[in-house]
Amino acid sequence: MGMKKKKLIGFALMAALASPLGLVGVATSEVLELDSLKNLYGGVSFDHDMHIEMVSDNCSKCHHHTAGTEAEGPLCITCHANSPETDDPTCSGCHERDVFSAENMKKSWGTDLLHHRSKPSLKAAFHQNCLICHIDNDAPSGCSDCHTMTEVGEKFYDTGKHAPVPKADAHGHGGH
Amino acid sequence: MKKVNRRSFLKGGLVTGAAALAVGSAKKANASGSFGGYPDSMGVLVDMTKCIGCRTCEAACNKEQNLPKPDKPFDDKSVFEEHRHGGLPRRTTEKAYTVVNRYEIKGREHPLFRKFQCNHCQEPACLTSCFVNAYTKTPEGAVIYDETVCVGCRTCMVACPFYVPAYTFSSAINPVVKKCIMCYDTRLKFGRPPACVEACPSGVMVFGKRTDLISLAHKRIEDHPGEYNHHVYGEKDVGGTSWMYLTSEDAPFDEIGFDTHLGTEPIINYVKEFLAIVPMVLTIWPALFTGFHLLATRKDTIKNDEGEK
Ligand code: SF4
Ligand code: SF4
Repeated sequence: MGMKKKKLIGFALMAALASPLGLVGVATSEVLELDSLKNLYGGVSFDHDMHIEMVSDNCSKCHHHTAGTEAEGPLCITCHANSPETDDPTCSGCHERDVFSAENMKKSWGTDLLHHRSKPSLKAAFHQNCLICHIDNDAPSGCSDCHTMTEVGEKFYDTGKHAPVPKADAHGHGGH
Repeated sequence: MKKVNRRSFLKGGLVTGAAALAVGSAKKANASGSFGGYPDSMGVLVDMTKCIGCRTCEAACNKEQNLPKPDKPFDDKSVFEEHRHGGLPRRTTEKAYTVVNRYEIKGREHPLFRKFQCNHCQEPACLTSCFVNAYTKTPEGAVIYDETVCVGCRTCMVACPFYVPAYTFSSAINPVVKKCIMCYDTRLKFGRPPACVEACPSGVMVFGKRTDLISLAHKRIEDHPGEYNHHVYGEKDVGGTSWMYLTSEDAPFDEIGFDTHLGTEPIINYVKEFLAIVPMVLTIWPALFTGFHLLATRKDTIKNDEGEK
């Protein structure tokens, strides 16, 4: 049983990280399906237009130097002060789903572009970039504010249908 | 506080032990004293400033290591309110090789979350203290152990500066050590990152060669002035660990449960003296107990004698 469970989870994790499905669309003006955690959580629908408005057309807020607007980070500017829009300015154009594949590990540790060495994975990029802004702007920031957990997710987190039977001496929520 | 006691106990052992030291047993420890870790070993850099406290890493570890079902769901944040005696936060157990704790820091707007597991020391005290040689430090960096050899003596539990090894009591006769093995069997030995590292949705952990991680850590500190504490925990602490940590400038290590007084010398340098006592204990205890027993029975005999009088 343990074995089976393990395989299933291994698959879920792998799929969550390396799903071959396409990710963020190329164009602007659309609602995008962000699915880098697809197997544990349902996709998140992302209103790109609304976010463009929120950052007053300053694409660099999220896209660093790849969308043709002036880079913001003091570190980015050292090389990318006048960088044009890249061929693929989407998140997944740079942030790999599987940063830990042998190939990607070699690539990231081998690069002489020092600032790109510990480039976060796609889902990490989402969480680092989106979440901080969401917290600062009182936008939704709890896991389930954006995601609905899937059945696989409930099993993985031992929650919902798969939650442990509470012990008699359990204190419930809030703690002491 | 307890830590200091234990450490001073070991250091104390050094003094008392040294007096009665059997020269032969000190040799083994001295030989390993100059070992500075495998040059190409892998490690993990944990950037706590990026942790969102989602506990996905805990869930991933539970599944990867086939650990028992948890008492509470892994998405239940009430565990952050749980405290052990003395107000200490949750610790690793035989059922949870990694735990995430929340620290509220005065003057800091957001809490800081700290993921914790075995740090996989370069020169592990558990390994050196184990007199049945159950432990191995692999060239990949993991500190693993052979359950079939473990006799459940708990010496490693006392020796570990981070309180990591736990014991399973499912078998009362043969309790064995349980701790994070850096996913050695299923991942590390195939060049893959630990399950918790890969599962983290926030990119808190970077997996790579330990030497690369050290330069990366210092680069992060340098590149983000005012953001990080300048101490890379584990770079030098206790002689270096495979898992290393960065924290933010306003959340110093000693406020988030890290012992910053362990020094940069491997714990084995204390333990080896303590170790020397172990064989001594083994030889002396039986004699001592026989002595106690004799004393006790002698008293009884005397009593009996008196009674008869
Ligand atoms: S490295 Fe593996 S065993 Fe250790 S805490 Fe992470 S998932 Fe658990
Ligand atoms: S999975 Fe990552 S972000 Fe979540 S608690 Fe663990 S280390 Fe922190």
